[in-house]
Amino acid sequence: MAGTGIGARVERKEDFRFITGKGNYTDDINREGQTHAFFLRSPHAHATIKSIDTSKAAAMPGVVGILTGADIEKDKVGGLICGWMIHNKDGSPMRAGAHPALAQGKVRYVGDHVAVVIAETLAEAKDAAEAIVVDYGKLAPVVDLATATKKGNPVIHDAAPDNQVYDWHLGDKAATEAAFKKAKHITKIDLVNNRLIPNAMEPRAAVGDYNAGEEAFTLYTTSQNPHVARLVLSAFIGIAPEHKLRVIAPDVGGGFGSKIFIYAEETVCVWAAKKVGRPVKWVADRTEEFLSIAHGRDHATHAEMAMDENGKILGLRVKTRANLGAYLSTFSSSVPTYLYAPLLSGQYNIPAIYAEVEAVYTNTAPVDAYRGAGRPEATFVIERIVEVAARELGMDPAAFRRKNFIKAFPHQTPVIMCYDVGDYDASLKKAMEIHDVKGFAKRKRESAKAGKLRGLGYSAYIEACGIAPSAAVGSLGAGVGLWESAEVRVNPVGTVEVLTGSHSHGQGHETTFAQLVAGRLGIPIENVSIVHGDTDKVQMGMGTYGSRSGAVGMSAIVKALDKVEAKAKKVASFVLEASEADIDFKDGKFSVKGTDKSVDFASVALQAYIAHKFTGEQLEPGLKEGAFYDPTNFTFPSGVHIAEIEIDPQTGVTTVAKWTAVDDFGVIINPMIVEGQVHGGIAQGIGQAMLEGAFYDAGGQLLTASYMDYAMPRADDLPSFRVDHTTTPCPSNPLGIKGCGEAGAIASPAAMINAITDALGHETIAMPATPQAVWRAAQASLAKAAE
Amino acid sequence: MPKVSMTVNGKRVSANVDSRTLLVEFLRSEQRLTGTHVGCDTSQCGACVVHVNGKAIKSCTTLAVACEGAVVTTIEGLANGTELHPMQAAFRTHHGLQCGFCTPGMIMAAVDMVNRLGYDLSEETIRHELEGNICRCTGYHNIVKAIQAGAAAMGGMKVAAE
Repeated sequence: MAGTGIGARVERKEDFRFITGKGNYTDDINREGQTHAFFLRSPHAHATIKSIDTSKAAAMPGVVGILTGADIEKDKVGGLICGWMIHNKDGSPMRAGAHPALAQGKVRYVGDHVAVVIAETLAEAKDAAEAIVVDYGKLAPVVDLATATKKGNPVIHDAAPDNQVYDWHLGDKAATEAAFKKAKHITKIDLVNNRLIPNAMEPRAAVGDYNAGEEAFTLYTTSQNPHVARLVLSAFIGIAPEHKLRVIAPDVGGGFGSKIFIYAEETVCVWAAKKVGRPVKWVADRTEEFLSIAHGRDHATHAEMAMDENGKILGLRVKTRANLGAYLSTFSSSVPTYLYAPLLSGQYNIPAIYAEVEAVYTNTAPVDAYRGAGRPEATFVIERIVEVAARELGMDPAAFRRKNFIKAFPHQTPVIMCYDVGDYDASLKKAMEIHDVKGFAKRKRESAKAGKLRGLGYSAYIEACGIAPSAAVGSLGAGVGLWESAEVRVNPVGTVEVLTGSHSHGQGHETTFAQLVAGRLGIPIENVSIVHGDTDKVQMGMGTYGSRSGAVGMSAIVKALDKVEAKAKKVASFVLEASEADIDFKDGKFSVKGTDKSVDFASVALQAYIAHKFTGEQLEPGLKEGAFYDPTNFTFPSGVHIAEIEIDPQTGVTTVAKWTAVDDFGVIINPMIVEGQVHGGIAQGIGQAMLEGAFYDAGGQLLTASYMDYAMPRADDLPSFRVDHTTTPCPSNPLGIKGCGEAGAIASPAAMINAITDALGHETIAMPATPQAVWRAAQASLAKAAE
Repeated sequence: MPKVSMTVNGKRVSANVDSRTLLVEFLRSEQRLTGTHVGCDTSQCGACVVHVNGKAIKSCTTLAVACEGAVVTTIEGLANGTELHPMQAAFRTHHGLQCGFCTPGMIMAAVDMVNRLGYDLSEETIRHELEGNICRCTGYHNIVKAIQAGAAAMGGMKVAAE
């Protein structure tokens, strides 16, 4: 499509600054008189702090100040919070231990924050940190997810004496048991959803600044949601009231969930700025990021699915253990519960589902939302068990899926969600055609001739995006509403600034949001600026995560545009001397019905501010409108990914030979950007399936704390992807958007493992399916074949 | 503190620096050229790639004093005034960037790739040559397309100039 409106492949407005080195990331910001912070971190997974001696370090060159947990306590700086209350099966609240920004009396993971050294230069801060003497009382660590709650284990938080955070469930247990009693076939699987480290390429950073004259703080930070950061730092941590705290998240170099959360380091930087009377800057090095950024996933699951004699699914029961690490991060408790279990129905008509989730503390980094957050874990469970069931029943995996697809909408699942619209078969059919599934058998024979094992795997995923109706999530334990805000400011010359509570850190909002506005108002896209990421400019917002910025953030803009258009029509009626009811607005022109009288948008904007054509009694001058949009339902993007892989049994190397994705994201604003989101998500999912994994040793030391040890997907690990779409517009928001940001990461791990197990001929492979693991599995397959 | 002098983006610069100062620190802090980024500390990610004497290097593992007298080009020096370098333009046209953090290093590495291997680069060559640059956003799909197109455009410009 030509032009710049909805559906056009518009080149990104933000790109110029990024390709010319003119971006403005937090580390690029330097304040007059700035100092540098370095965090002394715990080398132990679990220890008491008997004493901290900073006297020698404090006397070292360049040191401006050293702060510890004792200072936090003295200044009554509140602890970091978890904003989602989960209740146990018995109705009691989850057990949350305190989370001070600097450790008080105890450290609970390697990388935990013991002290901060603030110095003239970073090198001086690092040198001084080495001179701090900490007397630790080492405690036995709890590292293993499976045994974390064993009786007699060391206790990580007194508030949780058996290291259990909660024991939660969802669904109808009795109905599910009854379904299993009727079953002709039951498929059982055990799965591990491996722990990942998000690894946005920009490490976290923060600059805290305090203006003593105004008694006001400014925090520059790498955040996906600066307003939520301000809310938490103000209302819970108590840095300053909101009107005395400005949070700016400038260009942010990727987030993937990991920059949603409010961390110790930014809290300390903004607090310390007042303490030392100078700006305080901290930039994580990559190892610090590995150690202390919130990790993702880390589930162990046993699942069982019941089927009748015709291969119809009767019921599903799932038991999951989730590792939340040493402290409850900002939204951690919601990930293995309400972002997970409500998606266990997948694309299938499953009459009865019962899920139990036990979340535990361990002496490892906190675990929270990472691209997909709960939904990749749910998809991995349902898409693996469906695949295994089809294989056990001797049915074609695509046919088995088709047989069990939900075909009528709306569809109420047994686990909260009411799917509004979809056409799952359309995506499957299109994906199979594009992929040439028919030619797979021939390709497999050719691979076999070359001594290679070829496999094909499906993943028919669904996710819940457009997060979320505020009252609904409130009833489930969320501490905040999940609406979004927008303000459309029309300038007297007809250019437009849109202030949004969404935040762009790679998603291209400056382009897609401008496409919407330019198209709607009939003005050139160059005349639209998108303003985000500054709490002094944008009044309030909930930020960007959960693929919500199109479905929720743009819906707020639509609401504000509706108001702008209504007001502009009033202005135009005075300009054109006609009744308001007779004014039409189309292609940037206001016209009087049935006449050739018209006036363009820019002229109406000017008249709104000159205010010569109407009196104050008739109309308020100006053209600026705001709106809050609270969604009425989740959105349900879905689709089918097909992975085709080839294994060299001699080396265990798995090559992704072919990848097809057909997604239904509803209405798409900019296909180029949406395809880019899918590519990146697939890469992260392939990474999870065959490369990535965060591993701790038994002592709680992170073994994968650099790019030498943690296998990030590189260009030669991946193929080019075939990405296409089907469309059922979302009925619950004005643009029909469902959201696209996480789909790739949600769909792809199951497709990969289904393909690898297809090639191997057995189900025993865990993620990451590294060459060594695949080689072992392939040798077992070959040995069995030789018998 | 030793004095170091070099030519950065065509400009002679010099400064007294702590001898442990890395080239990337010299560029970012001393020269305020913040387009060159630091994404790791093990010389793996490539966000810091600049050209020294015409060759791509990782400025996070190069001492500033080791670049005495060198000619350094950073992402800020690639465009000819307001006219983008063909590789920069190709990254925009082919959506070869999302968050933009790895992009300067990617573009500098890509130009170096063309300088070494020519204008006709296969997908396989590009993917192999990108082993020193990590991107977390794009899945590399559009970066590969951008580099292929950027290389061809650089070739076209050379032909046009001849």
